[in-house]
Amino acid sequence: MKNKSAKWYQKSGNQGDVVISTRVRLARNLSGVPFPSELSTERKREVAMRVRDAIKADEKSSDFDYLEMSNMAARDALSMVERHLISPEFSQCKEGSSVLLKKDESISIMINEEDHLRIQVMRPGLDLDEAYRTADSIDDYLDSRLEFAFDDRLGYLTQCPTNLGTGMRASIMLHLPALHERQAIHQLANTVSKLGLTIRGIYGEGSKPEGAIYQLSNQVTLGISEQSAMENLKGIAAQIIREERSGREQISRNPRFEDLVWRSLGILRTARLMSHDEFMSLVSNLRVGVALGIIPNIELDTLSELINDAQPATIMATARRDMEPAERDIERAKMVRSRLADTDKT
Amino acid sequence: MLCQNCGKNIATTFIKKTVNGETKQWHLCTECAKGQGFKPVFSSVGFDLGDFWGNLFAEPATRTIADAVRCEGCGHSFKEIAESGRAGCPSCYTTFYDRLLPSIQRIHGKSGHTGKVPSGAGEKLKKEKEINRLRKELSECIAAQKYEQCAKLRDRILELEKEENNREK
Repeated sequence: MKNKSAKWYQKSGNQGDVVISTRVRLARNLSGVPFPSELSTERKREVAMRVRDAIKADEKSSDFDYLEMSNMAARDALSMVERHLISPEFSQCKEGSSVLLKKDESISIMINEEDHLRIQVMRPGLDLDEAYRTADSIDDYLDSRLEFAFDDRLGYLTQCPTNLGTGMRASIMLHLPALHERQAIHQLANTVSKLGLTIRGIYGEGSKPEGAIYQLSNQVTLGISEQSAMENLKGIAAQIIREERSGREQISRNPRFEDLVWRSLGILRTARLMSHDEFMSLVSNLRVGVALGIIPNIELDTLSELINDAQPATIMATARRDMEPAERDIERAKMVRSRLADTDKT
Repeated sequence: MLCQNCGKNIATTFIKKTVNGETKQWHLCTECAKGQGFKPVFSSVGFDLGDFWGNLFAEPATRTIADAVRCEGCGHSFKEIAESGRAGCPSCYTTFYDRLLPSIQRIHGKSGHTGKVPSGAGEKLKKEKEINRLRKELSECIAAQKYEQCAKLRDRILELEKEENNREK
């Protein structure tokens, strides 16, 4: 499933000590065609073909793989959810649903999710402008060939009224161990909701924060432009980043914290069995240690890639076979040991 | 304690309601509570997400409108959309615009799109307006028996319609 070519998440980006990645998603529908839940498999396939042909007409189309969900093993679909390439709901879609995936995995276009199209662009670090610019140009290109459903009062028409207007959901993935430790996230959630934003666990709606990774995104899509929504996000993100950094500075003065970071690295480098939960909490400690310069010789890039690759379904997708949790824990420990040992030799 | 409503059964449900800062309390029996629209907390185990989202589009109970109108695009009635909380096709929003708008405003706190406008949409609107204008002019010309002018107008309309059809394909 996963090929060896370079992926977008192998690099950390702007404000990488706190911001892991940025994602922009646009919901679009073909004008005059009922939404996917109203379509027969046959008609869903027609929609998919129209989108595929539109992409094919572009010279850069060889950068994209076209994957049909009905042909995909469950572990591969779940691995794509873990890597945020598709939504959890979409992994359950089968007949007539497909995804166009750029080879470096920085762009994915879900076809026949809740809406006909979900255009997603991902960037490392904090990079809303670039992520939006890319999504916007794909949108322009596809609109010129497919014509999207649009109303001048309600904007882009989507199946769920919560996406009407811009149809844009922009998310910033944040690593907030200091704020998490202080249990400040709940209060933060109240504040951001007043600005039409939301902060949630790593996999969005209803998910728990694994490894103190949170997702900050815009909620309101109607009556606000893409630019204003992104400005709100940037403003709040800047405040959260500042708070998180000052929180980190405070905890780093405590010798127990330095000890915790080194112990976490010790376990990661030596364990023979490692559950996903344990991995996420240890790697979260290590990530702060690296960001604060406590741990030399390990790059944030290495950790970003490791966090991606050590997720349960992704371990199985890479090995191309299903595994029991206990077997995965062995594989995960092995992978973690080798990745973190390698960096030490340099 | 006996139910404050019927005075017969044992009160099992305590209801506290605050409206505009004024708080009222009742002790009711299960039957009377049900009559008031309150169900026991634990009976909501079969919670249906459709019901929940359906509330997004719910209209005040005082307004019951006969559901004769159906969306041309997908055949859905307003009631069906309200119950599922989801539109059937893009045209549902134009067909039921006035009835959907209050809920849409509730969700977003605002209404009126201020974001991106697809370049194609602007062009299409312009073309449609132009075609309509030419058609009007054409019927005036026919009435005035200016046949040479009519032919020119007819060709121009056909040309625009063809462009529009090609673009849609």
